[in-house]
Amino acid sequence: MTTSTPELRRRRQLRFSLNRQQIVGLVWQVVVVGIVVAIVAFLWSNALHNLSARRISTGFAFLGREAGMPIADAWLAYSPKDTYVRAFIVGIVNTLRVAVIGIVLATVLGTLIGIARLSSNWLLSRLAAVYVELLRDIPLLLQLLFWYVLMQGLPAARAAWRPIEGVFLSNRGLVLPSVPIAEANLWVIATAVAGLIALFVLRRQLMTRQEADGKVRRLWPYALVLVGALPALVSLGLGASWTVTMPELRGFNFVGGLTLAPEYFALLIALVTYTSAFIAEIVRSGIQAVPRGQWDAANALGLRRSFVLQRIVLPQALRVIIPPMTSQYLNLTKNSSLAVAVGYQDVVSIANTTLNQTGQAIEAIALIMMVFLTISLGISLFMNWYNARIALVER
Amino acid sequence: MTSISEAPQNPLPLNSARSRQPGGGYVIRWLRANLFASVTSSLITVILMVLLGKALISLVQWGYWNAVWSVPGDQTGACRSVRGLGACWAVIPEKYRFILFGTYPFDQQWRPALACLTFIALFFVSSRRSFWRRELVLIWAAALVLIGILMWGGIFGLTYVSQDRWGGLPVTLILATFGLAFGFPLGIVVALGRRSKLPAIRSLCVLYVELIRGVPLISLLFMASVMFPLFMPDGVNIDKLLRAQIAFVLFAGAYLAEVIRGGLQAVPRGQHDAADALGLSYWKKNGLIILPQAIRHVIPPLVNTFIAFFKDTSLVLIIGIFDLLTTAKTSIIDPAWQPFSVEVYLFVAVIYFLFCFAMSRYSRRLEAQTRH
Repeated sequence: MTTSTPELRRRRQLRFSLNRQQIVGLVWQVVVVGIVVAIVAFLWSNALHNLSARRISTGFAFLGREAGMPIADAWLAYSPKDTYVRAFIVGIVNTLRVAVIGIVLATVLGTLIGIARLSSNWLLSRLAAVYVELLRDIPLLLQLLFWYVLMQGLPAARAAWRPIEGVFLSNRGLVLPSVPIAEANLWVIATAVAGLIALFVLRRQLMTRQEADGKVRRLWPYALVLVGALPALVSLGLGASWTVTMPELRGFNFVGGLTLAPEYFALLIALVTYTSAFIAEIVRSGIQAVPRGQWDAANALGLRRSFVLQRIVLPQALRVIIPPMTSQYLNLTKNSSLAVAVGYQDVVSIANTTLNQTGQAIEAIALIMMVFLTISLGISLFMNWYNARIALVER
Repeated sequence: MTSISEAPQNPLPLNSARSRQPGGGYVIRWLRANLFASVTSSLITVILMVLLGKALISLVQWGYWNAVWSVPGDQTGACRSVRGLGACWAVIPEKYRFILFGTYPFDQQWRPALACLTFIALFFVSSRRSFWRRELVLIWAAALVLIGILMWGGIFGLTYVSQDRWGGLPVTLILATFGLAFGFPLGIVVALGRRSKLPAIRSLCVLYVELIRGVPLISLLFMASVMFPLFMPDGVNIDKLLRAQIAFVLFAGAYLAEVIRGGLQAVPRGQHDAADALGLSYWKKNGLIILPQAIRHVIPPLVNTFIAFFKDTSLVLIIGIFDLLTTAKTSIIDPAWQPFSVEVYLFVAVIYFLFCFAMSRYSRRLEAQTRH
C-alpha cells in the first residue's frame, strides 16, 4: 500500500488519532470495571453494616483465642485448650494426610486398572470397564456415605476381622502393625531418600554418557550402595530399632500398631476408588495415543517388551497423561473437603466448627479458600515443572 | 476431560499367540483368542472366574435369596433377623415416595413426578441433533415455566406449595438444570472475556475462573448459606434453595468457561480474519461465526462437564437442602429402618447412575459421530 496523494495521507492520520476500536474498548473496560467495583462496594458496605448490627468483630484476632473444640484424629499434639491457629494447622495436616496418601494410592490403582482395560484378556478388560463406569457415574458423596455406613456395620473390636495376622478390621477402623519411629529411624530414612535422589541424578548422567559413546553402564551396583548399604550402615551406627509392634486387643480397644479411624479410612477408600476410575481412563487413552507403529518398530529392532514399555511407549504416553492427571490430583484434593460429611476433621470441617462457634463466617471461609488456593497452586506448579521436563523437545 | 472411546480397539500388542489361527468353531476360537491366549492369560481368566463366581454367589444370596421384600407396617423384625445375610428391600416400597419427592404434600406428588418427566423430555429433546436450532431456547423457556407452575402451583386450580416443602429428585434436577441453563451463557461470556484484547476485562475473567476452580465446591456452598445473608441489605431475605442455586450457577459458569475456551482456541485464525473482512461487529462475529463452530468442537467435554455437575449437586446435603441424597439420608433416621441404609443408598445410586450413564453413552456416541 503506497499512499502518495496528500489527501489520503491526511485521512490516515485522522483515522489513527480517532481509533474508534480503542475508544470503544476503553469505554467497555471502564463500564465493566465500574459495575464490578460498584457491586463489590455495595456488598462490602452491607456486610460491614450487618456485622456491626450483629456485634461480630471483623479481622483475624479470634485466631489467637482458645478453640475449645476436640479433634479426635490429630497427628500433631493438640488439646481443646489450644488456640484456633493450632486447630487450623491440625486441620491442614489432616487434609494433606488424606490428599497425599490418596493421590499416591489412586495413581497406583488407576494405572493398574487402566492397563487392565487394555488387556488382551476379554474378562479382565471388561471387568475393568465395569469398574470405571460404575464408579464414575455415582456421586462421590454417595459413595463416601456408603463406605462409611459399611464401616459402621463392621463387627465390634472383639470380633474384628483378621484378613492377615496383625491386621484388624472392625468398626473402630483399620489397625495395622507399625514400626515406632524414633530419631534414629528418621536419620536412616533421610539417608535412604538422599541416596534415592543421588541415584536418580546418577542415572541421568550415566544415560547421557551412554548416549554419547554407546557403552552400556550398569546402575545396580550404585543402587545397592546408595539405597541399600549406606542406610544399613547408618542404622547400625545409630542403633535404630526396627522391631514391628503388633496391635493387640485389650478390653474393648486395640493397643499398639497404627490405627486408621473409620472416618479417615472411609474417606480414603472413597477418594481413591473414585479418582482411580478417572485416572484409569487417562492412562488408557494415554497409552492408546502412542501409535502402533512405535511398538512394531521397537519389535523389529528386537527390543525386550519391558524395555519397549519403559523407554519408548511410556515417555510418549506420559506427555498425553500428565495434564489431565494434574487436574485429577487437584480434584482429589478439593474433594477431600467432603470429609465434613462423615466427621473427619479436615481443614474445612474445622473452619465450619469455628464458624459456628465464633460467627466469623467471612474469615473462616477466606481461610478455607486461602488453604486450597495455596495447595492447588503448589500442585499445578509442580506438575507444570514436571510436564515441561518431559515435554517433547523439538529440534 | 479426556476423550473416551469404545472398548479397547488397540489392545497392548505383542501377544504372538493371538496371531496363531486355531481350529474349531467360532465359540472355541473366540475363547482361545480372548480368554486363553497364553498361559498368563489363562491363569488370569481362571483366577478372575473364581473370584467373580464367589462374589456373584454372595451377592445373589444377599440381594435375592435371603432378602426380605416386604414387612407389615414398621415391623422390621423379619429384616433384623436376616441382617448381614440378606437385604431388606422392604425399606424401598416403604420410603420411596419420601426419597423421590421429600415432604411435598402426599396427595399432590403427581406434580413433582410430572415435573421430573418434563425434565427428562427436555433433556431428550435437547440431545437430538434435529433440535439444535434457535427454537430450542423457546422450548427450554416453555418447559421451565411449565415446571415452575407444576412445582409452585397457585394458578389453574393447583394449590400453592412453598419452596421449603420441595425435596428429592425434582430439587436435584432443578439445581442441575437451572445451574446449567444460566451457567452456560455466563460461561460463554467469561470465555470470550478471557480471550479479549482488553486487559481489564481479561484479568477480571481470569480472576473469576481461577478463584472458583481453585477452591472446593463446599466452600462456595458455605458462602451461599452463611456468608450470603451478611452481604444483603436489611430486609432482603433470599431463600436458601435460591442461594444454593446462585452458587451453582457461578460454579458451573467457571467450569463451562474453560471448556468453551478450549473450543474457541480450536477455531482457525482465518475464520476471525474472514469475519473481520466482512465488517461484522464483535458480537455478530462471535455469535454467528466463531461460537457455533467452537461449541460444536467441545460437545463431548461439555457433556462430561454436565455429568460432573449433575453429581456435584449432591453436595447440597452438607448445607441441608433436600435433594435426592439428603432425602435418602433422612428417610433412614426413622429408628425402625435405621439399620438398612445400605439398601436405600443402593436405590439412590441406581437413579444417579441411570442419569449419568445415559449422558456418558450419549457423549460417546456423539464423539464417534464427529470423528467420522
